[in-house]
Formats: sequence, C-alpha cells, structure tokens
Amino acid sequence: MENRKEASRRSAPLGVGGARLWPNFYDLAIFILIAGVFAAIAHGARGMVAPAAWLASDPVTLDPANLPDYALRTTLRMFAAIVASLVFTFVVATLAAKSRRAELVILPALDILQSVPVLGFLTFTVVFFIGLFPQSQLGAECAAIFAIFTSQAWNMAFSFYQSLRTVPGDLDEAARHFRLSPWLRFWRLEVPFAAPGLIWNTMMSMSGGWFFVVASEAITVGDTTIKLPGIGSWLAIAIAQRDVSAVLMAVATMAAVILAYDQLLFRPIVAWADKFRFEQTAAQQRPRSWVYDLWRRGRLIRRITALIGALSARVAAVAPRRAPVPQRVAPVGAGRRADFLWLAVVLIAVAWALWRIVMFADQTLTLDDVAQAVGLGFLTLLRVAVLIALASLVWVPIGVWIGLRPGIATRVQPIAQFLAAFPANVLFPIAVVAIVSWKLDPDIWLSPLMILGTQWYILFNVIAGASAFPTDMREVAALFRLRSWQWWRKVIVPGILPYYVTGALTASGGSWNASIVAEVASWGDTKLEASGLGAYIAQATEAGDYPRVVLGIAVMSIMVVACNRLVWRPLYRLAERRFRLT
Amino acid sequence: MDTNLLTRPLAPSSSPLVVVDKVRQLYPKGSGENLLVLDGISLTLGNNEIVSLLGRSGCGKSSLLRIIAGLMPASEGEVSIAGRPVAGPAGDVSMVFQTFALFPWLTVQENVEIGLEAQGIVPAERHRRALAAIDLIGLDGYESAYPKELSGGMRQRVGLARALVVHPKLLLMDEPFSALDVLTAETLRTDLLDLWGEGRMPISSILLVTHNIEEAVLMSDRILVFSSNPGRLVAEIPVTLPQPRNRLDPTFRQLVDDIYALMTARPAGKAPGAFAGSGISMLLPHLSPNLLAGFLEAVAGDPYRGHADLPALAGTLQMEIDDLFPIAETLQLLRFAELAEGDIKLTEAGRRFVDLDLDDRKRLFAQHLLAYVPLAGHIKRVLDERGAHRAPASRFRDELEDHMSEQFAEQTLRAVTSWGRFAEAFAYDEATGVFSLDNPV
Repeated sequence: MENRKEASRRSAPLGVGGARLWPNFYDLAIFILIAGVFAAIAHGARGMVAPAAWLASDPVTLDPANLPDYALRTTLRMFAAIVASLVFTFVVATLAAKSRRAELVILPALDILQSVPVLGFLTFTVVFFIGLFPQSQLGAECAAIFAIFTSQAWNMAFSFYQSLRTVPGDLDEAARHFRLSPWLRFWRLEVPFAAPGLIWNTMMSMSGGWFFVVASEAITVGDTTIKLPGIGSWLAIAIAQRDVSAVLMAVATMAAVILAYDQLLFRPIVAWADKFRFEQTAAQQRPRSWVYDLWRRGRLIRRITALIGALSARVAAVAPRRAPVPQRVAPVGAGRRADFLWLAVVLIAVAWALWRIVMFADQTLTLDDVAQAVGLGFLTLLRVAVLIALASLVWVPIGVWIGLRPGIATRVQPIAQFLAAFPANVLFPIAVVAIVSWKLDPDIWLSPLMILGTQWYILFNVIAGASAFPTDMREVAALFRLRSWQWWRKVIVPGILPYYVTGALTASGGSWNASIVAEVASWGDTKLEASGLGAYIAQATEAGDYPRVVLGIAVMSIMVVACNRLVWRPLYRLAERRFRLT
Repeated sequence: MDTNLLTRPLAPSSSPLVVVDKVRQLYPKGSGENLLVLDGISLTLGNNEIVSLLGRSGCGKSSLLRIIAGLMPASEGEVSIAGRPVAGPAGDVSMVFQTFALFPWLTVQENVEIGLEAQGIVPAERHRRALAAIDLIGLDGYESAYPKELSGGMRQRVGLARALVVHPKLLLMDEPFSALDVLTAETLRTDLLDLWGEGRMPISSILLVTHNIEEAVLMSDRILVFSSNPGRLVAEIPVTLPQPRNRLDPTFRQLVDDIYALMTARPAGKAPGAFAGSGISMLLPHLSPNLLAGFLEAVAGDPYRGHADLPALAGTLQMEIDDLFPIAETLQLLRFAELAEGDIKLTEAGRRFVDLDLDDRKRLFAQHLLAYVPLAGHIKRVLDERGAHRAPASRFRDELEDHMSEQFAEQTLRAVTSWGRFAEAFAYDEATGVFSLDNPV
C-alpha cells in the first residue's frame, strides 16, 4: 500500500506533485540560457520584418560591432528554415506514406528535387518572394530561408517517409489493436519511431544549409541586388572591398556559430532522442551532451518539462478521437477506375508543364544553347569525378588509419563532422587570393573549391566504417600476415565499401551544387572563371537571363540524376548486398 | 459504451463468448490462384475457459487470432464476440503479442496506459487503473523503467498488464512465451495460471495460440489442433486434468504423446513428407545438411538406437516442434527415416548414412536427393539436357511461383540449392544466379 502511494506521487499529473519546487543551480543556468535565446530571437525577428527601405538606409557594413548581430540573423534564418522543413516533412511525408496516389507523385518528386542544384532556384524565388512582400524585407528573407529549406527538406521528408513505411509490424498491430486515433498514433508511435533517423538527417541537412545561407544572403538577380544583414553579406562586401581581415573574422564567427548550434541545439537533442532508438537492449555507449545533463539535473526545469509533456498529452486527447476504420479490401474495379482517373490528372498536369517549358524556352533558346550547356555539363562532370577520385585517394587511407584507432577516432570524428558543416564558401576568398596572387589557371585551381566542403563526408563515413570493422576479421588478417596490398583489396576496402559509397554519394551531390558558386569567384574587381555548367548558371543568374538559368538547371539536374541512377545506386546496392557486415 | 469498460464485465451465463463461423483466409499471390491459409474454420469459445490453438508455423493460427482481434478481415465467414460481429479492433478483446510489442520510448506505466489513453480516459483514472494492473502482474517498482531496461519475462508482464488494464472480456495470447527462455516462460505460465485460478484477472476467457504441445496441455481446458497448408481444424481435445498440472504425471505424458502422434500422422492419400504441394512444387523447409546429418546421428546413437519417441527426443535436443517436425519430415521425404505414432524410425539407408565417411555420405545423399526430391531431380535433368549445362535460377523460381508465394518459392529454392551443393549434384553461382554442373574440382 505504502508502495503504491509512493509511486503515485512520483509521477503526479501535470508534473506538480508534492516534491520541492525551489529552483536549484541548474535551473538558474538553463533559465538564463533560455531567456537569452528568446531575447535574441525577439531582437532578430524585429529586424526581419523591418521595411525594405532599411536595407538601403542602413546597409550592411564591415563594422565588427555589427558582426554578432549579423551572425544572429544568419542563425535565425537557419532556424526558420528548419522549422519550415519539419512542418513540410510531417505533412508531405505523412501524405506519401498514407496515400498510395499521393505517393506516386511525391516520391519521384522528392527524388528529383534532392538532385536539383538549389542555388539555381534563387533567381526565381527571390523575384517571387519580393513580389509577395513588396513593402518589407520579409520577401528577401523568405527567399533566403526558402533556399535553405530547399537544401534540407527533401531528404528529411525522405527519411521520415521511410520510417513511416517501416514501422515494426507488431507495434503497428498494437496501436491498431488498442484503437489509437490517427492523431495519437502519429505522436505516440510514428514520430518517436522516426525521430532518430529524422534528427540525424536534419543534422546532415544543416551542414548543407550553412552553405546555402551564406550563398543566398547577398544575391544579384539582373538589376536587383539584395544584401540581407548576415554573415553571407558581410563576406560579399569583404570580397568586394578586398578586406582580408574581414574575411578572417567571418570565418571565425561562422565557426563559433556552428559550434554553438551543435552544442546548444543538436547534441542535447541527439542525447535526448537516444530513448527513441528502436532497440530492445540498452546501448553500450550513449550519446552525451552537457546541456542535456544540465537540463535533466535542474529540478524546476524538469517540472516544467513534465508540465509541457502533460499539456501536449492533453492536446493529443483533445483532437477528435475517431476509431480507426477497419481495413476492408476495396472492390478492385472501383480502385482501378480511380487510379486511372488520378493517372490522367497527373499526365495532363505533366503535359501542361511540358508545354509551358517548351513555349518559354522556344522564344530565346536554340539547339546550340542546349549543346553548349551539355558540353559545359560534361566539363563539370569531369571535375566532380576527378575530385571525388582524388579526395578518395587522400581520405580513404587516412580515414581507415583513424577509424582503426578508437582513441583517435572518437576525437577526430566530431572534427570531421564540424568541417563538413562548415560552409566552404566562406573560405573561397582565401583560395581566390592565392590564385590571383600566384596567377594560377582558374580552370584547374578553382575546381578544388567544389570539394572543399564536401570531402569531409568521405572522411567521416570512412572513419565510421573502419571503426565498425569487426576485430575478429582484423585479427584473422593479421594472423595470416596479409601483405599490404592484399589487405587493402581483400579486407578493408570491401569492409568499408557501404560506408564509403554513402560518403562519396553525398560528396558528389554536394560538389555539383557547389559548382555554381565555385566555378566563378571574384576578389575586388578581379573575376575568375572556370568554364563549366556551374559558371554558366551563375552568369545567367547574374544577367537575369531566365531561359538559360532554366536550361542550366535542367541539364545539371539530369546529369546528377543520371549519375545517381547509373553509378551510385548500383554501387550502393552491390555494397549493401555483398559487403554489409552486420 | 466506454463506461462499461470501467467495471468488470459480468459474464452472460450460457451464450458463447466467441463464435467463429466457416472462416476462410486467402492471401493474394503474384500470379495464379490465391494462397489458401485457413479453410472452413468454425469454433466457439465459452465463458470461463482457456482454449489453445495448437499448430505448426504456417498453419494460420496467428492469422485466425488476428481475425478474431479485428486486426485483419476474414476473406470469408463471420466472427462474433459476445453476440456482436467483429468489424475492427473492439473494446472487449485484448491481445498479448509474441514480440511483446511495447513502445520502447514509453515507460512501463505509459505503455500500460496507452490503451486507456486511446479511450480518452482522464489521466487520474488512467493512472489509478494502470497502477492496479502493474501491481497485479507483479511489476511494482518498475513503473518508470523503459522496456529496454527489462528482461524478456518482465517485458511480457508489461504486455500482459497493458492487455488487462482495458478490462477485456477475451484475452488473446499469440505465442506469448515463445520468445522467452525455458525457466522464465515456466514462471510466467505458473503466475498466469495462479491469477486465473484465483479469479483475479478481469477477463472471462483466454484464447492462446501456441506451437508448444506441453504448454497447451499444461494450460488449457480445450486444445484445438490445426493442420498446416492450409490450416484446418483437425481435432478438438478436452483436457480434464485438474490444475495445477504435473508434467511428469503419466496421464499428462500420454496426452502429449497422443498429440504428437496426431500431428505427425500422414494424411490419407498423401505422399510421404507431409509437405504442402506435390511434385516439383513441394514447399521445402530450408535446413542445412549438417543439421540433418546431426539429427540422424542423434537418433542412431544411444539411447535410441534408430528408434525414438518424438516428445522424448524433443526434450533431449531442446527443440520445439517447429524445429523438430520439419527435420523429421525432411528425413522422411529423403527416405532416411519414417514417422509413425509420434515415433521416428531410421530406415536402412538412414542407418547406413550414419556409418559412412563424408564422401560416401555425399554420394548416398545425392542418390536420395535426386530420386525423392522432385525439384532437385528436375533441376538436374534440365542441366543435363542443356548443351552448356547451365540454367538460370529465375526459371525454376518462376515455375515455383505458379504454385506458391514468392517468399516460399525463395525458401524452397534455397533449400534445394543447399542440398544440391552438399550432394555435389549441381553448383550455383550467387552473383549471376545460375545453376550449373561445373563443380570446382
């Protein structure tokens, strides 16, 4: 009896049982952190909706005092984009998973959108959003946020969709059996099950997002030049003014911001989300975060979290409780007819879109333009291929060396992930200065910039693969005294292949995207150009030449999709089938 | 009405709790006719009884349980519970899952409360009832633990508490003890029977699906025995032994023996082997030749000397019938053994096999494989006839899929591939998916 009273007090409703409510030290620390974050958001948000005229009267300057403010604005854009991506993910991926007809359209769309160079879009979205909010800065802000959104929403949605489709059969049955309403099922079963994958994908997407936020803050479309207050604009001005110390300041600020984002936001979330991992055994090594520990140690904070949890449970209960309809097999005839109707609607839409594209392109483009774009596309393809090969030659041996030494791997892995998140375009000016001062050939020496930010994906995936390589197999190899070459060919390369392919795939996708900003670079008045599809798109954007932008994006998308389908996917399947160790 | 669920349902005295009437279950297959899983199942379940559905894997007993639970519609036939036809998951039925099906991100208490939460019961009431159920099932002190912190037995207790807390009339149990080790399973069975005997569980009947013959005899008032492929009800056995039952009691042993005999009986007019399908489309279990050889050695050795009682053998080898029967039947198909009256007897060839060395074993195995397993003979013939002595596996897979599901076709082909490789009757290249006669020398 005593026992039960004790238990009921431990988890009293609404988290306000009899225990002490006095805040402790951790509460104070967390409160200051939270209050600070809110104050910063409020400050930044006020700037976002400011009238557009401010941009002219209060332009971005290279005053170090403004840098923290700019960093904050950049961070907020990232934050807004993540929220938008999450909402998009929940709605679209759920739709795709629940409705077969929606799935038919959404899945291929996501697949293509994943491969489309998002930077190319900026042209249209800037015009569109500025038209939407002509009186305020919000239009340009939305365009920047949308650019980040397009860099992360698709693969988050993909991940969520895949989780929804692989909800374990027994949990699905349990949920149906206990008659969970769709709403309750979503929050109690589907979201928790998808959480680890979604969080990991969000983290990876963020890495790409930093790149795009920097690229999208200062943008010129035809005659319109927009410089939103942020690190990207700071950098653009520093380049225009040939200010090396300002560039270095931007690099340092960016590093600090990413570090803070990682420590304050993602590590705590990853540590918290550990409980959602679908495993029935306790893990050996759990992700840790000092912020999360702080959070859990705070007494009052815990109460407040419990309160929020209880409130959200109320919300779950408030939503209409419709008993799930038992699955009945629909009559085949009716389903078929509806399918045909749906297919017809989709085909008509496709035909209309095709007609629009032809009409649009026909006015200004000739077959020669197409041939030129394709030719340039092959130049860029050559660059990507050579760079991936070179990066692999460098990073695979290093990654293996690190991965097989657990002590070093645990220290290097976060650094590699940090480097992957660091927007390489912040570093471009430094490289450009070098190219300009040593008079190097831009066709060759601008190329490495494309892989500057993406090579780390190869490194940290190889490290992960080598770390996971079973000790017993290493011991067998050692016992038989395999010669070096034999060891690489027969043991370690097959062992890490699935990981390597994942890394190389991500790196090549990122490099295509980066080509739009990497094949054209400037330092003050000096302009460097490499010939390639990226430069083609960048120039067309700057000239406001929409048909050529569309052409460039289309060619690049087709080449990326073709690469994925013809090279990476078969390689990935092979690696999964033959070389997956676990 | 939701309020009814708060009080223990009063059992209506005479009318049956569950009526299953002529249920058939078909699974759509890629091509050809549908796969028949359950055929003409009719049964009733009264109040205050524990009934076991006993059968081997693939006999459709789990499907039947899901049809009764309303998780799956029957292709044909009707099911009603307490007079109401089943048209989806209903409030008066609760289920315990083989794999526990606990939400790993919810604590024990939250897991137990989930069914109540779905009914929209207020938190305070939910709380009270969950604690009562946790208390009843012996999980006091674990309220705030997560499932991954618990042992298998504890997890299944959570599953049981979660099922009981909604106060169902009928408790469905889908092989609830088969994922647990022997000792844990036994403890949980005893605890469950104690609670049942003392009338402390708010339910009026239990329907238990199992493939464990002793478990069925130990726990139930009635056993319904299913045949496989398709699932049919072949016998109904009342168990009148008083509880608590003793596994060593001669009457208990006799009953277990009888059920073994019943389940290994060769259906009239069927070729030896008892596998579904006939000719090359026979559905084969994927068993390694080493396992078959090991089993032959075990039966040939002391104390059986070539003739063993299956229940005793199952005990010695620590095997469930789902492991034991396929081996015994494969050996029967290969004419290395014979099954009768719940016993297994080695044939002359079976005894000879045990005494041979590896190469001769392979030769003998090859003779029997090609002679008695029609699919193996078929593959060999096709390879012999072709000039290049090569044939793609897809060809045989397509032939199989005309008669069985994709998954079964894959399993059957794997089985024959593995046996053919051991016998060195033909070779198979995984990368290209081609059968050939070129054995590496």
